[in-house]
Amino acid sequence: MRKGWFKVLVAGLAVAVMACPAFAADTIKFGVAGAHSGDLASYGLPSANAAKLVAKMVNAKGGVLGKQVEVIPQDDQCKPELATNAATKLVSDGAVVVLGHICSGATKAALPIYKEANIVLMSPSATNPALTQSGDYPNFFRTIASDDQQARLGVDFTIDKLGKKKIAVLHDKGDYGKGYAEYAKQFIEEGGKGTVVLFEGVTPGAVDYSAVVQKIRNSGAEAVMFGGYHPEASKIVQQLRKKRMDLPFVSDDGVKDDTFIKVAGKDAEGVYASSSRDVSSLPLYKEAIEAHVKEFGAEPGAFYKEAYAASLALLNAIEKAGSTDSAKIMNALRTEFVETSVGKIKFDKRGDAEGVGFSMYQVKNGKYVELK
Amino acid sequence: MDWQYFWELFFGGLTRGSIYALIALGYTMVYGIIELINFAHGEVYMLGAFTALIVAGALGIYGFPALAILIIAAVVAVIYCAAYGLTLEKIAYKPLRDAQRLSPLISAIGMSIFLQNYVILAQTSDFMPFPNLVPQPEFLEPIAHIMGASEVLIIVTSAVAMAALTLFIKYTRMGKAMRATAQNRKMAMLLGIDADKVISLTFVIGSSLAAVGGVLIASHVGQVNFAIGFIAGIKAFTAAVLGGIGSIPGAMLGGLVLGWCESFATGYISSDYEDALAFALLVLILIFRPSGILGKAKTQKV
Repeated sequence: MRKGWFKVLVAGLAVAVMACPAFAADTIKFGVAGAHSGDLASYGLPSANAAKLVAKMVNAKGGVLGKQVEVIPQDDQCKPELATNAATKLVSDGAVVVLGHICSGATKAALPIYKEANIVLMSPSATNPALTQSGDYPNFFRTIASDDQQARLGVDFTIDKLGKKKIAVLHDKGDYGKGYAEYAKQFIEEGGKGTVVLFEGVTPGAVDYSAVVQKIRNSGAEAVMFGGYHPEASKIVQQLRKKRMDLPFVSDDGVKDDTFIKVAGKDAEGVYASSSRDVSSLPLYKEAIEAHVKEFGAEPGAFYKEAYAASLALLNAIEKAGSTDSAKIMNALRTEFVETSVGKIKFDKRGDAEGVGFSMYQVKNGKYVELK
Repeated sequence: MDWQYFWELFFGGLTRGSIYALIALGYTMVYGIIELINFAHGEVYMLGAFTALIVAGALGIYGFPALAILIIAAVVAVIYCAAYGLTLEKIAYKPLRDAQRLSPLISAIGMSIFLQNYVILAQTSDFMPFPNLVPQPEFLEPIAHIMGASEVLIIVTSAVAMAALTLFIKYTRMGKAMRATAQNRKMAMLLGIDADKVISLTFVIGSSLAAVGGVLIASHVGQVNFAIGFIAGIKAFTAAVLGGIGSIPGAMLGGLVLGWCESFATGYISSDYEDALAFALLVLILIFRPSGILGKAKTQKV
């Protein structure tokens, strides 16, 4: 009798032990980290939607490696201190790959955690150059071009196309905005065709920016370049126009958001902002938009197509790698071309997507129009 | 010296300082009477801006003229915020009046967080455009690069509001009661002053001024967000401490000094150090005058 019990116990334990990993590996866990609430939620929610839609589509076709894909969202509100929490949570939840984070600052904070856990991270929107160029994070990829490319485009555009020589460069003191502004300054000075007459950081959330605006006037600037996000940009543009200063305002991807036009209203007219190239003629892009409209009843927001592309690239890489092993996934990302909503892409050594880039946009009649 | 540039910065600082002063009055009055730092005060300012936005949106549909909308929106915002201030006091502070000093402070921080989240849930976490309700008259056009109509309005309205408050405190019965309560609540009660009523009135006045500030700044910068009360509140609190917390002229002076300090720091040094220099000034003043510019040093009663 005692022996019988013992056998049952051993059998039970064996079943239990076997059941655990089998249960855990039942799905491919696909983490999605970014701002899902707070000030910058409009940058992060579209990515979460993209991941859900791609997962749904892939699952309908039988999943990845024969398993269903399970999306695990984690909110970081674009705050570095919350991003590390989100990353730790995703690692402990057993995410195989992670889409995110959205803001560069948050991504930078979270990256060491993913590197430690050897998890592939792909951001649709973090454009800080050092994230890939430093070479510190081989597990990091992105489907958006880095900031120095944006700054390069902005500087060339302001000097060559607009013919402005004296440029005031402003930023919001954040990782993303200051990075853009510093590259812009560096490129203007290296180019030798223009001069930086003012280089200033403004305090986000300040009551108003009239002093900075007066300083721009006093500097004799012919154009303003701004690195940062739409809340500050809309305030600065409105105050510039209020003080009857009609100089061109050239900015970055953080400003190419419809919220900017909504908030700045008629003052938004004529503002330039660089953002990813227009890919609206690509079939996969159209498919992505249709899927979003069908599921959520609205047009998607910022970084949706990059996130959709990143989700496709990540899940494709797992399938191609034939396993959930990070080294194999990274290898697949670097070697296999994949059709996505931003074009046919693969990733270079550093993790930047080959075949994506920036265009300059201008607000015309309340809409951003790509300048060719 | 470039005087034109100096005046541009001067008026920029004056505008900003007036807003700080309007909000700082609420902090300082409440502190003067019940020695509480009402951290939810910045949120009342934000609620004022939001209420005005909603009212302006509704009236805009019916095609009211801009100035009429601004006035109606401001009046509604003042009434709403006065009600919020009163309720805040009744719910969060009155039950804790005899508790130790830390409890109402925590309660105030709680109310601040609650009100922010309430606006996120009831309205939006997004930035909302605030319509331009201050028409730009022709005669202001030559100085538009220094001051627009909205800035003139901010300066004039705050000056009027502050003058009215000063007169009220100096010459009315209720004002006298307020001063008495601020001096010694127990004694004032013994002499027949209804301290509860005075405290409620303080909250009502403070919140109304904050609402005015909120409406003015929203129509000046053209956008509203649930978080605007936080930084404005911190700055106004700084202004109140700078001027001497508990002192009404001190709050006004503190607001203006802080506004000018920030504006000139940005203009002549760098806006990177705007906040750093403003707070360095605060530290300096507090080293030499620990109770603020106009604050009276309190002698400990034994």
